[in-house]
Amino acid sequence: MELVLTKYFDDENYRHIDTYMKYGGYSALKKALSMSPDEIIEEVKKSNLRGRGGAGFPTGVKWSFVPKESEKPKYLVINADEGEPGTFKDRLIMERGPHLLIEGIVISAYAIGAHTSYIYIRGEFVKPARILEEAIGEAYEKGFLGKNILGSGFDLDVYVHRGAGAYICGEETALIESLEGKKGQPRLKPPFPAQVGVFGGPTIVNNVETIADIPYIIEHGGEKFASLGTEKNGGTRLFGVSGYVNKPGIYELPMGTNLKEIIFEHAGGMKDGRKLKAVIPGGSSTPVMTPDEIDVPADFDSLMKAGSMAGSGGIIVIPEGVCMVRVLEILENFYAHESCGQCTPCREGTEWLRKVVSRIEAGKGKEGDLELILEMCENMMGKTICPLADAAGMPAVSFVNKFRHEFEYHIREGKCLDAEIKI
Amino acid sequence: MAVKFSEQAQREFEEILKRYPERQAAILPTLHLAQREFGYISPEVVEYVSDLLGFTPARIYGVVTFYTMYNRNPVGKYHLQVCRNISCSLLGAKHIIEHLTEKLGIKPGETTPDGKFTLSLVECLGSCGTAPVMQINDDYYENLTVEKVDEILEKLE
Repeated sequence: MELVLTKYFDDENYRHIDTYMKYGGYSALKKALSMSPDEIIEEVKKSNLRGRGGAGFPTGVKWSFVPKESEKPKYLVINADEGEPGTFKDRLIMERGPHLLIEGIVISAYAIGAHTSYIYIRGEFVKPARILEEAIGEAYEKGFLGKNILGSGFDLDVYVHRGAGAYICGEETALIESLEGKKGQPRLKPPFPAQVGVFGGPTIVNNVETIADIPYIIEHGGEKFASLGTEKNGGTRLFGVSGYVNKPGIYELPMGTNLKEIIFEHAGGMKDGRKLKAVIPGGSSTPVMTPDEIDVPADFDSLMKAGSMAGSGGIIVIPEGVCMVRVLEILENFYAHESCGQCTPCREGTEWLRKVVSRIEAGKGKEGDLELILEMCENMMGKTICPLADAAGMPAVSFVNKFRHEFEYHIREGKCLDAEIKI
Repeated sequence: MAVKFSEQAQREFEEILKRYPERQAAILPTLHLAQREFGYISPEVVEYVSDLLGFTPARIYGVVTFYTMYNRNPVGKYHLQVCRNISCSLLGAKHIIEHLTEKLGIKPGETTPDGKFTLSLVECLGSCGTAPVMQINDDYYENLTVEKVDEILEKLE
């Protein structure tokens, strides 16, 4: 099977530039600099690469929104604020293959005409940030960054910028605000960042994995990358499997690999021989699925059709024996904690969701609480500047609808229906 | 303690300023640097950073309070931050937290009387494949078990 990203991750020295180059690294950059920016954008469009942060927006199309002429400098910002519960793939890229990201950054910045790039990395990732800084230093020494890169006349500086602990900064406009030294509160769109982004300049914000895919696309062609996945979902993807499985971890697999196969074959199936109860397929915000719903290709369109989302590729596996009310309580605690407080429906809604789910879990649920939860979600979702309210609502709605009997039992009996495993 | 950067920190601060076209973008990195230098962000540190960068203390304070990583109170020599989110919970974070609470004799949010350990519960650390996880100062400790936690604590002097 063709691997785009993780092929050499077992080699400890792959994080260093000499080893990366020994395996052919930075040859895509040389090729890219002999192409025109438009040719690169065309190739990326052909590749059917879609944003790996979670939204799944076609990357080449996003790039084409950047105005060719701009009075203000353009920026390429890398979203390394990996914080969606269940997601842990970008850290792997930054620790094991930082030059994939850096090479991708140079090619992408050249394509959109940016001369400054910031890697916005979550503050807790101290070690990955150090590895990145070191790799950036190596790239400057070889002349892959800085002035007149490889004699092309193209200049680029790359800086690592550490966040400080705020999930919301993974949302691209909040990330931009945070990069500008402010509270990470999302901006109203339009204008979109491609028009007015960081420091007022046209800005592209792309996820780490998205940009790390770029060298392969340039080297092997967009069509080749597209052929690795399914229709309109090009390439491979880093699926992260966590929770109650035998072999949790990151698996690079073709886009559209069957979700059930990822869990039961690649991740080794259920731990302790327990039965599967539920799957959250793309990070904590995506609607939960029941075991009979997971026999589907894990790509953006197929999971959408199945009533959920591919999101960040973080697959969370929940076994029988775990109380779904408690799981939802953990998630709603998280969203209430992370709401930035800017929009009323989200600030108030996430806190009330947390309170109502917590009281059910504590055995103090009231008749009508489930209707109350669903009504609150209706008043939150789609009614705020950014999707955090939706991210809090989607788990709540799907948990209540698909595991209603557990919630009803909890309200009626004041205790868990199925809680052999205390979480 | 007089609030003033060491020569080394002052040099780092000047490097930070060069990275951005606007001075305000240096607020987060400068606060990280200040926390490293002074241990936590006291009201005096807020004043100092405010003077250094030329923004009002209210502006700096707004940033400090928005983000979770800026400590407004002193923390222990070792800051234990245990993930309480879903993937870690599914694999036993609750037991790790209970064990630490019992062993250290403090509740989450508290510091041991000798100032050695602070225990905090945090949201997802982005290490779900090696759950349960905790962060101690800059480092991640993964695939935790109660026994492993004991070993780790023993090594911290």
